Amino acid sequence: MILTVDDISFGYGSRKILDGVFFTLESGCITSLIGRNGAGKTTLIKLMMGFLMPDAGKVLINGINSHDMKAEGRAKAIAYIPQYTSMVYKYSVLDSVLMGRAPHIMLFSHPKENDMEKALEALGMLGIEHLAKRPCDELSGGERQLMMIARALAQDAEILILDEPTASLDYPNQLLVMETISLLKTKGYSILFSTHSPEQALMVSDRIILLKMDGKAVSRAPEELMDGKELSELYGRKLCIAEIETGKGRRLVCVPE
Amino acid sequence: MKSILSKRGKIIAAFIVLYLAVFILSFSIGRFPVGPAELIRILLSRMLPIEKTWTDQAESVVFIIRLPRILVASLVGMALAVSGHIFQIIFRNPMVSPDVLGCSAGAGFGASLALLYGLSGMGVSLSAFAMGLLAVLLVWKIGSAMRGNHILGLILSGIMISSIFQSGTSFVKLVADPDNELPAITYFLMGSLAGTGRDELRLIIVPMMAAVIPVLLLSWRLNILSLPEEEALSLGIPVRMIRAIAIASASLMTALTVAVAGMIGWVGLVIPHITRMTTGTDSRTSVPASMLLGAAFLTAVDTASRSITTSEIPIGILTSFIGAPFFLYLILKEGRQ
Repeated sequence: MILTVDDISFGYGSRKILDGVFFTLESGCITSLIGRNGAGKTTLIKLMMGFLMPDAGKVLINGINSHDMKAEGRAKAIAYIPQYTSMVYKYSVLDSVLMGRAPHIMLFSHPKENDMEKALEALGMLGIEHLAKRPCDELSGGERQLMMIARALAQDAEILILDEPTASLDYPNQLLVMETISLLKTKGYSILFSTHSPEQALMVSDRIILLKMDGKAVSRAPEELMDGKELSELYGRKLCIAEIETGKGRRLVCVPE
Repeated sequence: MKSILSKRGKIIAAFIVLYLAVFILSFSIGRFPVGPAELIRILLSRMLPIEKTWTDQAESVVFIIRLPRILVASLVGMALAVSGHIFQIIFRNPMVSPDVLGCSAGAGFGASLALLYGLSGMGVSLSAFAMGLLAVLLVWKIGSAMRGNHILGLILSGIMISSIFQSGTSFVKLVADPDNELPAITYFLMGSLAGTGRDELRLIIVPMMAAVIPVLLLSWRLNILSLPEEEALSLGIPVRMIRAIAIASASLMTALTVAVAGMIGWVGLVIPHITRMTTGTDSRTSVPASMLLGAAFLTAVDTASRSITTSEIPIGILTSFIGAPFFLYLILKEGRQ
C-alpha cells in the first residue's frame, strides 16, 4: 500500500505552515519526519489522517484521494498513534486494544471472538500479553505507548502513523519504541513517525523527510545526510554525522560540533 | 475469552436480580402490602390458570395502582441513570448529568411552557424534549468554546444555561393563571411520582424503549467515543452520527422523565458513578448495569417516599438528600488526585 502526500499546502489563517509538500511512503519502509518546533510536523500528520483539510493538494492512498474514501475504509488502511492520549475512563488494556477493531465491526454490533483474538494477537506481537487486564492508567509511559501501537495493529491497517512516539519517554523506553518500529517493518508495515531526535531518524529510517521552517520539505535517504549539511541547516546548528560500528551492525550518529 | 464473556453476563445478571428484589419488595411496603408469594401469583394469574386465593382489592391494588407506579418509577430511574451515563461518555466528563448539563432545566421550562398553553401528555413531552435538547446543545457549544479546563467549562456553562431556563420557568409561572395553571406547573415540576399511573406509563414506555435500544446497540462504540475526537475518527467510526444519536436519546429520555415526574435531580450523576465502580468502565456492561441500578434505586426511593410519612415526600427531595453529598464527595476525591 502506498501513501502519497501530493503537493500539499496548508496554513492557519494568513500563516503558511506547509508549502507544496510532496513525498511518498513506500510500502514496507520506515519514514521519519523531522523539523523544528512549529515546522508543521503534527499539522502534516493531521492532514495525512484527514483531521484537517489541505488548502491545496491531496493525500492519495493507492492512488485514491483519501478524502473521497469512507472513514471506515481509511481506517482499514491507516492507523494513527497520537503523541498523547487522555483516557477519561480507565479501560483495561485489552478493552483499549479491542477498540482498534472498530472499522471491522458493523455499526450496531459488538466485537466477536475473532476480534478478541486479533486484539490478543496484537498484544502478543509486542510482548505485552501480561498487561491485558491492567487498567490503562496503571501503565508506565512505555507500556502505554506499546498499548497504543497494539491498538493500531489490531486495526489491521498496513500504514502506521505515529506522532512523536518517544516524546516524554525515558531513554530505555525510547529505544524500546524504536526497536518496536523496526520490528513492525519486518512484519510488512509501512511506518511514518515524527521525532525531535535526528539520531532516532538516522537509526531506523529508510527515508527521512526534512520539514523546513519555510514550509518546504525534502525527502532523503539517511546516507544522503552524511555530510551533515542539510541537518545543520534544518536545526540551525552545526551537526556532524558519523558512522559507528556497534558490534551488531553500523549505526549513524549525530552530534553537535 | 469465554471467561470474559461469562463474567459480563454474570455482572448483568446480578444487577437484574437486585432490580427484581427491589421490585418485589416495593409491593410489600405501603398502605396495602402485597407479599412476594401473593404478588407472583397475582401477576402470573393473567397468563396462567391459577386458583384465586387473594381478594379483589389486592388485585386492583397491584394492577391499577402499584404496578403502573412501580413501572413508571423504574423507567424514570432507568432513563435518568442511562442518560447521565451517556452524557458522561459523550462529553468525556464524569461530572456531568442531565441536570448539570441544563437538560432537566430546559425540559422543565419546555414542560411549563406547554402547560401554560394548555397542552397535555404528548405536547408536554415534545416541548420538554425540544427545550431539553436545546439546553444541552447550548451548554455543549459554550462549554467547548471555553479554553482551558474543559470539564469545568461544561459545568459552568451548564450552571449558566440552567439558570436561564429556570428564570424562563419562573417567568412562565409569573404569567400563568394563579388559579389553574400555576398550581399545575408548580406541582408538576416538584419532582414527584405521586399519582402517576397507567396514563403516564402509556405515555413514556414506547418512546423510552425507542431511545434506549439504539444506545444499547451502540454501547461498545460509546467506549470509543470517550477517546479524544481525533483518535475516534482515526478508528473510522462515524463520530458525529453516533454522538447525535446518543445526545438525542439521552435528551429524549430526560424530557420524558420531566414530563411524568418533574425534576428529579442527582440520579443521573450518582448512579453511573456507582455502576462504573462496580462493573468497570466497558460500556457493554456498565450501560445496562446503570439502567438496572437506576431503576432499582428510584423504585426504592419512591417506595420510601410514599411510606416514610403519611403524606408523600416528593421524590426529588430525597434524591437530592442522597445525591448532593455524593457529588461533594466526588469533587473532594477529584481534588485530591
